This record gives sequence, structure tokens and C-alpha cells, in this order.
Amino acid sequence: MSGFITIALIFLVFIIIYQIAKASEYASVIRGEEKVKVQTNRTIAWLLVIFFLLGLWGIWKCHMLLQDKMLPVSASVQGVQYDLMFKATLWVTGVTFFITQTLLFWFCFKYQSTEKRTSFFFPHNNKLEVLWTTVPAIAMAALVAVGLKNWMAFTSEAPKDAMIVEVVGKQFNWLIRYPGQDGVLGKRDFRKIDDANNVLGLDWTDKDNMDDIIAQNGELHLVVNRPVKLIIGSRDVIHDVGLPHFRMKMDAVPGIMTTLWFTPQYTSTEMKKITGNENFVYEIACDQVCGKGHYSMRGTVIVQTQVEYDAWMLMQKSYYASTHESVAPAPGATAPKTDSVKAITMK
Amino acid sequence: MSNEAIIHGPEVAHGNAAEHQGHEHHEQHFIWKYIFSQDHKIISRQFLVTGIFWAIVGAFFSLIFRLQLGFPDSTFPWMESILGEWAKGGKLSPEFYYALITMHGTILVFFVLTAGLSGTFANLLIPLQIGARDMASPFLNMLSYWFFFASSVFMFISLFVQTGPAAGGWTTYPPLSALKEASLGSGVGMDLWLIGMALFVISSLLGGLNYISTVLNMRTKGMTMTRLPLTIWALFFTAVLGVLSFPVLFSGFVLLIFDRNFGTSFYLSEIFINGRALPHIGGSAILYQHLFWFLGHPEVYIIMLPGMGMASEIIAVNSRKPIFGYLAMVISLISITLLAFLVWAHHMFVTGMSPFLGSIFVLLTLLIAVPSAVKVFNWLTTIWKGNLRFTPAMLFALGFVSLFISGGLTGIFLGNSALDIHLHDTYFVVAHFHIVMGVSAFFGMFAGIYHWFPKMFGRFMNNTLGYIHFFITIAGAYLIFWPMHYEGIAGMPRRYYDYSAWESFKQFQSLNAFISVIAAIVFFTQFIFVINFFVSIWRGRRLTNPNPWGATTLEWTTPIHPGHGNWEGEIPEVYRWAYDYKDDGHGGDFIPQTVPLREGEEDH
Ligand code: HEM
Ligand SMILES: [Cu+2]
Ligand SMILES: [Cu+2]
Repeated sequence: MSGFITIALIFLVFIIIYQIAKASEYASVIRGEEKVKVQTNRTIAWLLVIFFLLGLWGIWKCHMLLQDKMLPVSASVQGVQYDLMFKATLWVTGVTFFITQTLLFWFCFKYQSTEKRTSFFFPHNNKLEVLWTTVPAIAMAALVAVGLKNWMAFTSEAPKDAMIVEVVGKQFNWLIRYPGQDGVLGKRDFRKIDDANNVLGLDWTDKDNMDDIIAQNGELHLVVNRPVKLIIGSRDVIHDVGLPHFRMKMDAVPGIMTTLWFTPQYTSTEMKKITGNENFVYEIACDQVCGKGHYSMRGTVIVQTQVEYDAWMLMQKSYYASTHESVAPAPGATAPKTDSVKAITMK
Repeated sequence: MSNEAIIHGPEVAHGNAAEHQGHEHHEQHFIWKYIFSQDHKIISRQFLVTGIFWAIVGAFFSLIFRLQLGFPDSTFPWMESILGEWAKGGKLSPEFYYALITMHGTILVFFVLTAGLSGTFANLLIPLQIGARDMASPFLNMLSYWFFFASSVFMFISLFVQTGPAAGGWTTYPPLSALKEASLGSGVGMDLWLIGMALFVISSLLGGLNYISTVLNMRTKGMTMTRLPLTIWALFFTAVLGVLSFPVLFSGFVLLIFDRNFGTSFYLSEIFINGRALPHIGGSAILYQHLFWFLGHPEVYIIMLPGMGMASEIIAVNSRKPIFGYLAMVISLISITLLAFLVWAHHMFVTGMSPFLGSIFVLLTLLIAVPSAVKVFNWLTTIWKGNLRFTPAMLFALGFVSLFISGGLTGIFLGNSALDIHLHDTYFVVAHFHIVMGVSAFFGMFAGIYHWFPKMFGRFMNNTLGYIHFFITIAGAYLIFWPMHYEGIAGMPRRYYDYSAWESFKQFQSLNAFISVIAAIVFFTQFIFVINFFVSIWRGRRLTNPNPWGATTLEWTTPIHPGHGNWEGEIPEVYRWAYDYKDDGHGGDFIPQTVPLREGEEDH
């Protein structure tokens, strides 16, 4: 019932607006259309100016309001470069935005039609056109140069001493695999997957798998200031490892291995201090729509000092041990050594 | 075919042309005149009205899912009464949320801003502005509409199937869209989606081929290509883009249909889902994305170019000034068209594509900014020292420019892969393309409708309502989409049903609520337009002057209510370009294209 009344009210409002608008049309015919046209034109020109000024004020206001809701300082070394480049681009585009919008609205006001005005016949001017082809071209070239330099750096080969972790997406959570003591991720095969005791389909005939550790709670533990290379995959549909605090992102595609590397520069504890937020946590957000649980496909990153990390690692049981209770667990691990990188084959 | 033959069929073409042209001697039956009509002007109205219907549906969906985003903890009992199972207890289910955003995107991108926009204005303006009696093939033109209609029917039915419509996003990436196990929406809904889209492609191709051949072959005497109004250039390149890229999308869909139904593995490889390893091996999920975006990027320009053309025309007319740099405008359209085919992979920077390939696409993508910038500066120079009349059409055209600037500039962030690596698939992208393509293209469309309504229906739309519509919509658009950039920069992913579990994104809750409220206001404001449109068809102020805006182009030389064939008597001949807004020597401020050059006057 109340819904019906609302709809009826909305209708009523529309009818009233329409009637008023219609009446103003008749009135303008009576008062002389030309005169009304001139007045309307002036009113609209003023409204445009007011809109523009309010708009600028709104942009400022919006910025003030949202500023402290933004991401904290970059948590990765690469992200520092990212933020610099972002700022530079923001300046270039911001200045362009301001100049062009100001001209647009200012011209609207200045050259509004009046009885006396006639327009200036100005069909083209080669000098001007060349000018505003080359200036944007140069600006773009500069942005491309900076961009490609960073792009090459971000996507280059990971440093030799980078630790290696595998991140695998599935509907709707993340599985994280650490290579264990040997620093090598063993082979896996999607046909061997079994949700009960082999979530990633590790091939138990490959001895590199024996000490691999799998975290099914989506917790990615990293060491501060130590580069990490993520080996990314998916069990079912496309997902995406989104790491906003590190300014990084890479798709997880079934059947294809993708990689991503970066160097965390603040531990989770440090970041809590920086943000002043007790509950702060680095999050992994799935950034590629993957089904009904897409929005809940959350992982976390825990950046620790080497000591903390080693202590944590010591407590982990290899996946083999935890799924094959009878077999003796692999001997306690020391700091994992990840020097030798063995390409992972998925078949 | 000659212009005469098109209207009357070959058998009468050799009769006394003057006697047959224009007005029909035999009253046509309603069905042939208004339903299965071959008159481009009627087909244009059919596209427009269908487009308006779809726009209301698509916008209504956004209203519902914005309620979820703005107020994730509230329930809306009325939702259950219209959505039933999908909104049990007045709370939208995640599955249906995803179905709604998917259909919202599909409907607005394809059904409204492609078919509704090009279909309306290419049909209306191409014959009228080049001086032709109809399209090269009126019959194919009619088919184009009816394929669109059929496609609409399938898409509409898909809204009502038990497992819901497609739910994998408007881009429908496999494997999500290929596997019924992966999501409810990948069941029958997805099949209907694919059928609907396949029919849609056919409709676009029929339309596009017709537009191209009409522009190339049917121009009236004296109408050289460089005398064409920019609307025609823009609609022409729109058609070129569609004709060359839609078939690629079609092939992508065909492979997807095969993977879904016939056990092939084009896009599928090494998948374990629902407790079972699938037999597919060796396919590439990324292949689909290449095929999709090979259309997908040109598609965004298919949506944009008609607006650019119409804005150019409307701004020139209402500034009483020639468009500045006509040739530069044409060249920039050409370069945008060419480059549009070479940048598709900027949607795929983080799919694991080779970084080197990525850098090529960065270069080509940012290159597109150059012709875009040229257009903006030329529009600005066109209004400089003009004599600006703020009709509603003019306001929407100016709004188009403002929005195109705002949205184009954020493209520069996204096109640079090093920046996209963080922004991809966040609300920054949502803000970017809604401003530059969603709202801006809508503004182009509104401008066109307000401007050419008198030509379509012989009456005016109400100006006051037009002004209200404009100011609320532009303010609302900026209020909705501007703050979204901030959410995106903060990494907030798009296509999430609920953010409240996320430490990094939940601080935007109140902002999301604000955005939803504004979106609702803007949604209802559009009904001011819809009412104005339909009421004015029958009740609007009548046109008395066949050229109400004082425009130079040919469509205004037709009678107020042109019959099939457009001109009574001969088709006028053209002597000059479309932008002679200057002193005509008798106190007027424009010279129509049909007026011969004066003594000593130089052709442009
Ligand atoms: C200066 C020109 C432009 C540049 C450099 C540019 C660049 C980009 C890039 C790189 C993306 C991908 C972002 C991502 O997914 O991470 C993107 C997305 C998009 N752009 Fe643009 N763009 C420009 C203009 C336009 C125009 C004119 C339109 C429409 C008319 C448009 C519509 C879109 C759409 C629809 C998407 C999102 C597609 C999706 O993922 O759903 N862009 N743009
Ligand atoms: Cu996911
Ligand atoms: Cu694109």
C-alpha cells in the first residue's frame, strides 16, 4: 500500500512539473518568444557558471573528505615508484582538466548570445591545430616513457634471492603453497586434485612435494625487505590476485601460470602504526569476477621480520605429513632456502 | 540502385519521377507503414523507442543493485514482491546481484548505446543529411531492426528463466561463462544471452553495411565527401568499426557455444570444479579475451563516435559558427577508427600477457589520446567567439564535451600499464568508462534527440523540462562517478556484492550510500525526459518553420512532415560545405548547403 502511495506521489510530482513547464511555454508565447529566449539564454549561462563553480568547490570538498580514507603509503618498494608516477600523471591530467573545463564554461558565459553579438567566422587555423596535436603528443610520449620504464621494472625477472610462494585461486578462496625446506615447488596435476586430501593435486611421486606446505586459510606470510615471487594459478575459473597495498595485481588463469614479484617494505605491525589502525591487515582481493562468492574471496598477507617468519615456518606441517598421518613428518625446517628455482609444470 | 527505384520499386522508377516522389498516392496499411516499414525515418523511431525501453530496464537494474551496495544491511520487502526468490526477505541474493550487473552492462552497452544510438541516428540522419530518398537497401534496413527485435526478445526472456540471466559480467569471460557448474547464470541464461548477442551481431552488420553503402553511393549531386556534415562522417566510421569488429566477436561467441555444448576445449584447460576434474586440456581462456576485446574496444568508440558527430553538429549550429578545423575533425575520426583496432589488449595488461606486447599496447593506447585531444580543442575553439544559444540540445552537447574530457583523462592512467597494474578492475575503471562512455554517450544521444525531435515528429519537446533534465543529470553524473575514482585508487574492486567484510574497503560504506541515493534521484529524473518525449510526440508545440534552428544541412530542407522519399520534387543539389555560418548578405547568419556560391565566394 505504501509502495502504491509512493508511486502515486511520484506521478503527481511529474504531472505538476510537466504542467508548470507547459504553462511556461504558453506564457513565453504570450510574452513574446524572442524576449523570453534572450532572458532564458542569460539565465542558462549563469546557471552554467554556477554549476562550474559549485563543481570546483565539490571537487575540493570531495578530496578533503576522502583523503584520509585512501590507501596508506605503499607497502612495497615497487609501489613507491608507482605512487610517484601516479602523482605525475595526476598533475598532467589535472592541469589539463582544469584548463579545458574552465575554457569550456568561461566561453559559454562570455559568448552567450545577445542581440548585438555576431559570431566570428573562424573555420580553421593550421598553426593552432598543429600546436594542439604536438603538445598532447609530447605529453603522451613523456608519460609513455615513464610508464614503460616502470612497467619493465615491475615485470622484469624476479631477483635470484626472491622467495617463492604459489597462490592458487578457487571458488571462493585462496590456497597458498610454500616450497618448504628445499625451496622448490613440486609438480602438480589438476587430475590428482581431491578436496579431502590433495587440494592442489600435488604429485606424490615428485619428492619436491614432500616438504611443501599448503595454507588453506589464505594467509600469505612474507618477509619484509625480501623480494617475493608469486606463482599464480587457478583451479577453476579466472581469479585475480589483487594486492592494493602493494600496488600489484595479476590474474589467476586456469591452465596458465602467471607470476608477479615485489618487495614488501613494511611489516604488518609497522603498517598498523603507520595507519594508526589496530585492525589493519593487508588483504588479497579477488579482482576478476568469478561467481557468486567473488566478493568474499579474501586472503591476507602477513609481512614479518625474518625471525618471526622463521618461527612461524617452524610450526608448519608439510601438506604431505598432515594428509598422510602415518608417515613421519618431514624433519623440522630451518630457514627455507629458495635459491634454486625449478620451473613448475602443471601436468 | 537509384533513389527513385528504392522508394517505388523498379517498375515505377522510369515513370514520371516528379509525380511519384514524396507523398504516397495509395494509403499504406498501418502494418506496412509503421511496423514492417522500410522507411528509414520510421525504422529510426523504432530503434529509438526500443532503445528507450531498454534504457529504462537497464537503469532500473542499476537502481536495484545500487540499493544493495548502498545499504547492504537493509531489506526492501518490495523487492521480494517483484523479484521473488531472487530477493528472499527483501535482500538481493548474490547470484542475482551478479545477474543484474551483467544484464545492466549488456543492455546499456549493446542494446541502448549501440543499437539505440546508431540505429536511431544513422537511420534518421544519413539519408536526410546526404540527400537520399532512403537507405541503399531499405529492406535490409528493416531486417536490421527486426533482428535487433528478435535479439531483444531472447535477452528479455533470459530475465525470466529459473536459473536467472547470464551472471559473468557483460564481458562473459570463460571458463566462468562456459561451465554450468561455475555459476547459476552460466546455465540457460547464458545460452539465451549468446543467442541474443548472435542475433544482435547480425542486426549490427546488416545496419552497418547499409550505412556504409548509403554514405558512399547515395549522396546527392554536389555532396562531395568533404561537404558532408560531421555527423555523417562519425556515423560512417561507427559503421566501419562495427562491420570490421563484430564478426570477430561473433567468432568468439561461436567458440564459446562449442565449448559449452559440444565438448570442445577452445577456452578450457585443466579445470577442477564441483569435485571433478574436467577432461578439457590445451585451451586458452585468454583467447576469448582477445576475441572479445577486439570488438570490445572498437565497441566503445562505436558508442562514442555518434555522440562526437552530433555534438560537433549541434555545437556549430548553436554557436552560429563553423565547426573549427573540419578537416582535422575528419582526420581525427579516421585516426581514432584506425587506432581503435590496435589497442584492445589494454584491457588485458594483467592477464599474464607478455610484458613486451603490453608495452606496444601502451604506446598505441596513449596515441589515441592525441586525436581525442584535437577534437576537444576544436570544440572549444568552435564556441570561442561564437554566439551561443543554449537550447537543451546545445547544453547536452556541451555536457558531452565536459564529460568526454573528464573521462578521457582517466583513460590516460589506465592506458599506462604500469598504472593499470593497480587500477585494473577497480572502481577507477568503473568511473572512467561510465563518465566517458556511459554518461557522455548518453549526453550525445540526448543532444541528438532534443535537436532532431522536430524533424522526427514535427513538434518541439518542452524546453523547460529539457533544462531541468540537463542540470540534474549532469550534476548527478559527476556526483555519482567522481568519488568512485577515489574508491578505485584505494583499490576497491568492482563487481563486489558487499564490502563490509573488507578492512581495506569498508570505510567507503557511507560514500556508497551517498552514491546510491544520487543514482536513485538521477534515475527518476530521467522520467522527466521520457514523459517529455512521449507527450511531446502528440502534444508538443507544433513546428511552423521547417528549419527551426537555422541550420545549413539538408534535413531541414524537407517538408515538416516528410513522406517516404523525404523531398517532394527533386532532391536538392548541394553547392557548399555544411558549415557556412556567416553573413548571407541579407541579414541572415547562415547559408544553407543548397545555396549556390555567390560571385567571388570561395568554396571551403
Ligand atoms: C583517451 C582515451 C582512452 C584511453 C587511453 C582509455 C583507456 C582504457 C583502458 C586502458 C581501459 C582498461 C582498464 C582496465 O580494465 O584496467 C579502459 C577501460 C574502458 N574504457 Fe577506456 N580509454 C579511453 C577512452 C575511452 C572511451 C572514449 C570509451 C568509451 C566510449 C572508453 C570506454 C571504456 C570501457 C567501457 C572500459 C571498461 C571495460 C570493462 O572492463 O568492462 N574508454 N579504457
Ligand atoms: Cu575469485
Ligand atoms: Cu579499450
